[in-house]
Amino acid sequence: MSQLDDLKTAIKSRLGDLECVIGWEQGYDPLHATPLFIRSEADLDRLIIGPLAVHNLATYLTGWKGKKVGVVVKGCDSKSVIELLNEKLINRDDVVIFGLCCDGVVSQRKIRAALPADPGFVESVEIGADSLKVTVAGQAATLRLDDVRADKCRVCDTPDALVSDFLIGKAHTPAPAPSLKCQDEFEAKSDAEKFAFWQETMGRCIRCYACRNACPMCVCRDYCIATSRDPLWVSQENLPSENMMFQMIHVSHLAGRCTECGECERACPVDIPLMLLRRYMNKQVRDVFQHEAGKALDQTPPLLTFKVEEERINERGW
Amino acid sequence: MEKFITKENLNRLAAELAATCRVLAPVADCGTVTFRRFQPGMVMDLHSRMAAVSPKAATFPQTETLLVVKREIPEKKPEIIETLPEGKNVVIGCRPCGARGKLIFDPVYETDKIKDPYYLQRRKNTVFISLACDRPETTCFCHSVGSGPADPSGSDVLLTLVGEGYVARSVTPEGEEIMKMALFADAGDKGKEADAKNAKAREMMGEAHDYASAPAKLLARFDDMDFWLAQSAKCISCGACTYMCPTCYCFNITDDDLGLSSQRIRTWDNCMSHTFTLEGSGHNPRSTKAHRLKNRVGHKFSYYPDLHKGVIACCGCGRCIKQCPAGVDIRQIVNAAQEYAE
Ligand code: SF4
Ligand code: SF4
Ligand code: SF4
Ligand code: SF4
Repeated sequence: MSQLDDLKTAIKSRLGDLECVIGWEQGYDPLHATPLFIRSEADLDRLIIGPLAVHNLATYLTGWKGKKVGVVVKGCDSKSVIELLNEKLINRDDVVIFGLCCDGVVSQRKIRAALPADPGFVESVEIGADSLKVTVAGQAATLRLDDVRADKCRVCDTPDALVSDFLIGKAHTPAPAPSLKCQDEFEAKSDAEKFAFWQETMGRCIRCYACRNACPMCVCRDYCIATSRDPLWVSQENLPSENMMFQMIHVSHLAGRCTECGECERACPVDIPLMLLRRYMNKQVRDVFQHEAGKALDQTPPLLTFKVEEERINERGW
Repeated sequence: MEKFITKENLNRLAAELAATCRVLAPVADCGTVTFRRFQPGMVMDLHSRMAAVSPKAATFPQTETLLVVKREIPEKKPEIIETLPEGKNVVIGCRPCGARGKLIFDPVYETDKIKDPYYLQRRKNTVFISLACDRPETTCFCHSVGSGPADPSGSDVLLTLVGEGYVARSVTPEGEEIMKMALFADAGDKGKEADAKNAKAREMMGEAHDYASAPAKLLARFDDMDFWLAQSAKCISCGACTYMCPTCYCFNITDDDLGLSSQRIRTWDNCMSHTFTLEGSGHNPRSTKAHRLKNRVGHKFSYYPDLHKGVIACCGCGRCIKQCPAGVDIRQIVNAAQEYAE
């Protein structure tokens, strides 16, 4: 049986006890998937998995708190579930986790850049073992999955779900790249260059908060300090400085909690490379606290706890 | 008036107009395309993809300063300075759907009782030079909302790509004025080719969906929260759809403190946000994303048409579909209401 069949069988066995199971189905065109909320066996027929199933469905879990739901997770998504559990934002008894052994997902932005015409003109898509055959505006193109893989998949060391009630698929021996070229190149820039980059890039932010709401760990949402009116912390004026201020809020509130799932960047409708900030922040957290969010159950994010003496912060040394 | 302008000359036109006007044009922007203020030396990108955000900022900027309160020393009386927008704007290379957005604004921002001076001033001073679409995207449905890929309404000049340039057709006297510039040449018989291209693009869109029953059918689902819970399940309640939409016209007003001075700004607001309907008492009549998405869809396809002669408050540009992080499809939601079996 295929991985999808196994998954369907597993879901079928639990669907009766659950409000719904969250998975993916084909979206508005053959190149895009969209979240699917499975409530019946008829819905189950629409379930898909694979390289187009990009969404981190753990984002929805806090919205179902108090109800029993199932969720299909890739390796990276399972880290979000772990982090939500560790922070007691969801209850383990309330979620049935259908974990996948994942072969990676695509970056729609890389697909867009690689296609001979805008993906808006897509006519058909064939998903092969290591390629995507896409026809756009009458032109056929074969894209190597390796070339259009999401950045997070290149450096992924947890392709198989770390927590699950059902683990589906063949286990992998992960072979992550040591680092990402785009990150290394960005960090090598001078402060002045970085400043100029964000000044320019944040000029196109429309402050839609898709990055915030797509983030499984951004749980304040409706009560975010960036949109509170009283007190008014951040001006609503759409300036690069205020837009960047909001990113700084997001990044610092995610310190030690961000699992690098990449949803913020994926959600951004104007393609702002938000992960440059997240990855940098996570590196600091790793260096200082030797902590990686979502890697293990029962660990507490360093900034949600208190140690009299931090091992790697020399408080009285200066 | 019908003329022809080469691709190079259209870029020159943007540069020439930029000397006296604020020109907004689509430019390649790190893998996407956005409208940016055009400066001589820049190259427009009219064809690689539809701009991510609609050109509505030309007539309805994301931030507008309504007034400034200036006070130099605490003892002095503050001075209140009104800041009506000045100067002329030209939008080049938007699509017909983007240009049409303001037609949805008009009856709201200018009524017998209320006139919005900021909007009206920009509206009067902005010219739209639109580009007819060659080919529909999978998310386009302008033909179903009373428009089409070469719809001139809302534009001042409509361009159609023919060979290495564009057939330009004036729609308004303001458009005609611009087309008198020397960069426009005689169109010869290229008009026929333009007609054929326009017809082909329309044909590629296929049959239109009939939204006639949508206002009543959506109203019939108003109290059906189960329906809206199911429709909004995947929505993450962000503002991407509304902010990219050419027709979403809601705003917020904030007094920003600047020490002794302050400014009153108007900024885009969106009905998908919790604070949109948050009342002073703390009560929120639209407390969940299901309530909010109901409003977003209901307003466009039911309440607005009921108030404004049946006109649907959507241009069918598809931005809210293709750029929604969760792939929420407004067409699907309206269809579900229309097809709902009582
Ligand atoms: S998703 Fe992108 S445009 Fe929207 S607020 Fe975040 S960074 Fe800005
Ligand atoms: S900040 Fe971005 S990468 Fe980190 S958890 Fe949130 S969505 Fe994922
Ligand atoms: S429909 Fe999509 S873009 Fe709009 S609020 Fe919901 S998730 Fe955001
Ligand atoms: S509702 Fe969506 S499709 Fe309609 S005009 Fe707005 S963004 Fe475009």
